[in-house]
Amino acid sequence: MSTPGTGPLVAARGISKSFGGVEVLRNVDLDLAVGEIHALLGENGAGKSTFAKILAGVHRPTQGTISLAGSPVEIGSPIDAQRLGITLIHQEPLSFPDLSVAENLVIGQAGGSPLKRVRWSELAENGKRLMSLLGVAIDVRQPMRGLSIADQQMVEIARALASDSRLIIMDEPTAALTPKEVETLFVIARRLRAEGRTIVFISHRLEEVRAICDRVTIFRDGEKIETAPTASLSDADIIRRMIGRPLGEFIHRGTSHVGAVALSVSGLTLPGRFENISFDVRKGEIVGLGGLVGAGRTDVARAIFGVAPAASGSIAVNGKPVAIREPTDAIANGIAFVPEDRAIAGIFRTLSVESNITAAVPDRIAPHGLIRRAAEKAIGLEQVRKLRIRLASLRQPIGELSGGNQQKAILARWLLSEPEILILDEPTRGIDIGVKAEFYEMIGDLAAAGRAILLISSELPELLALSNRILVMCEGRLTAEIPRAEATQEAIMQAAVPRSGVHSHSAGAAA
Amino acid sequence: MSASEQRQGVNQAGRESAAAKPRWKILLVRPESVTFVLLILATIVASHLSPFFADLGFILESSTYYIEFAIVALVLTLVIIAGEIDLSPAAMMALTACIFGTVLKAGAPVPLAMAASLVSGLALGAFNGFFVTVLRLPSIIVTIGTLILYRGLAQVLAGDKSIGSFPSWFVGIDYRMVGIVPVPVIIFVLASIALGLFLGITIYGRQIYQIGTSEMAAIHAGIRVRRIKMGLFLASGLVSSIAGLMTASRLGSVRYDLASGGELTMVLIVMLGGTYIFGGRGSILGTFLATWLLVIIATGMTVANIAINAQLTVMGLLLIVSIVATNWIYARSQR
Repeated sequence: MSTPGTGPLVAARGISKSFGGVEVLRNVDLDLAVGEIHALLGENGAGKSTFAKILAGVHRPTQGTISLAGSPVEIGSPIDAQRLGITLIHQEPLSFPDLSVAENLVIGQAGGSPLKRVRWSELAENGKRLMSLLGVAIDVRQPMRGLSIADQQMVEIARALASDSRLIIMDEPTAALTPKEVETLFVIARRLRAEGRTIVFISHRLEEVRAICDRVTIFRDGEKIETAPTASLSDADIIRRMIGRPLGEFIHRGTSHVGAVALSVSGLTLPGRFENISFDVRKGEIVGLGGLVGAGRTDVARAIFGVAPAASGSIAVNGKPVAIREPTDAIANGIAFVPEDRAIAGIFRTLSVESNITAAVPDRIAPHGLIRRAAEKAIGLEQVRKLRIRLASLRQPIGELSGGNQQKAILARWLLSEPEILILDEPTRGIDIGVKAEFYEMIGDLAAAGRAILLISSELPELLALSNRILVMCEGRLTAEIPRAEATQEAIMQAAVPRSGVHSHSAGAAA
Repeated sequence: MSASEQRQGVNQAGRESAAAKPRWKILLVRPESVTFVLLILATIVASHLSPFFADLGFILESSTYYIEFAIVALVLTLVIIAGEIDLSPAAMMALTACIFGTVLKAGAPVPLAMAASLVSGLALGAFNGFFVTVLRLPSIIVTIGTLILYRGLAQVLAGDKSIGSFPSWFVGIDYRMVGIVPVPVIIFVLASIALGLFLGITIYGRQIYQIGTSEMAAIHAGIRVRRIKMGLFLASGLVSSIAGLMTASRLGSVRYDLASGGELTMVLIVMLGGTYIFGGRGSILGTFLATWLLVIIATGMTVANIAINAQLTVMGLLLIVSIVATNWIYARSQR
């Protein structure tokens, strides 16, 4: 699309990016005009965050070129980006928790010689000035640790202002903010636009996109689908372009019969992570666990599975109290856990698909300690067929498969252990849309087969479509239990968003 | 239009499944390939340097010094594949050998002294393992600490004098032959086969690779990571005491500086064998080949009258060449 008047601030042409053979971004062309707020929309894994990170120098594109204000640039690192006037505000703010807010504000800024002394009072003065510009009350002398996520986000924004950025990329900046804070953010964003800065705004919330964005670009499956003025698209148009099909098809209404309580936790506490968590999951039931990133959902799952056990509280399986000190105890009690961070806690990247699939069931492939290759191959092939894992060979390193197929292999690993209780932590993160639907079906089938499933997800439509009940966590506590009939995105978000920040906004903000 | 659709289709397939690699490529990225090539090159060069070299019996005889370190290096290979390291084995060799000597001097029979040495080897390994698996400290720091500690204890125990006058049947293991093969070499070959099988076909071997590839994923898969690592440190202590006894037998006496500097030779052998220093990759075959590479270079240069200093330089260069080559091939195969 041609931009009238002055040339675009950023012109990206033919941007592609692959991670270990998996293409996450394909041939994307995008212009960002001077002084616009431009929304990037798309499902998780659609490529919008990857694109933003390429602009910010976090990733290098595999192919393609970027021009800034008409001249081609090479953005090799976040420092390059900062020098070029590009700042990325991360979804989960990255900061140095032990340094003060004021120090965090100047991290990465060039200038000064190694022997020059730091003018602490000047640093603090600058910090205070920026905070008052943003209209937030944060003491810049206190360390970052202990600030709420919302305040950390504000510090990140202040940092972008401090380095006088031309392009500010906000990756889901509102996910952790209260409505009042969102309003503050928007006021600031509009002012930045008026100053001629360009803002890239990544969000899942369409109403926010409508409120401040001039244009939207929709990503799907690593490709740019469309760029258009926000006003020219209806919500339904946007959703259709995002998911590539009408919403209705997603809904998997399980027909499972809900039976006796399989997993029961009560009073589970790990100081600093979560507090007094109690809930039941019944056989054949899918219990959703929602909440914002950092609410402690994964910590609860890790405690139940014994990776990082709780300090107090009890876990019962089929009514019997069990002691889970390490994952082997959990596995022995029929619990399986598909972790959120597949690359770190899930796959053995350089090892064969086969050995990845059989990792949790050593007794089945090696009855007396000696591996039976034939048995292993048979098990591997059976799982590949059952879960429709697409691969070239069982001996292939799993890192060569696509994200969705890696995740299927990890799921296969746990299905082999024949678990009664299955904890799925963000099972469809970074997975192609088509494969996602397959996963939804599988999860539904697993519940229908009488398994108890605890589904942790940040994708509200996913939670709503799959869960019989939805639990919501906020800052380490369970804040709501919502039956399917009453569950709406609004109800979940209401319980998920922290209400008592450092500077508490009145509770009257309830939507 | 149709062309772009076609490209689209190809891309789609590429996203779903990368093609399997040809067999020669898989062979090339085996960790020990570079070692094997270097071994052949070294043999050719050495036999050109000196006509005496081609005598197999001579090579085997002169290998016994390195073989003691090589036996420990076999276990060290497992430790490194599991993502840890043990730098204390040479010091454990010295301390356990000094314990053997001290117990013997106190009047105990040889078998009892040997048992004391083996048990103390296990205890020293357990001490290392405790810090790594229970206190979760990095093994490189822990074993640098115990490398100094164990050597110091050996000196405290045995003083600066050597302890000798062992019974004659115990002395001279390197002169006992089976055919033309010295007993230490036989022990090394048998240990290589046993550990090679352990690593290759048992579930524990598989789990060692898994732990080294991603400890986090291994924990999440219910693999008993700490137990296996503890086992490896115990094995390292035990094999060190065995190697220490072999050294004691070869020298006919023990002193606190026995096997001094041996930890570097061991690490050299393991690295030369293509084992990846950060874990997850490596093989016993590689360590086995690297041992002979080292022996051939050392004896080859000795018979060619090359000074010891120059020998060290050559080995240092070789290590760097092999690491660069292995990493280069490996990185290319990952694309």
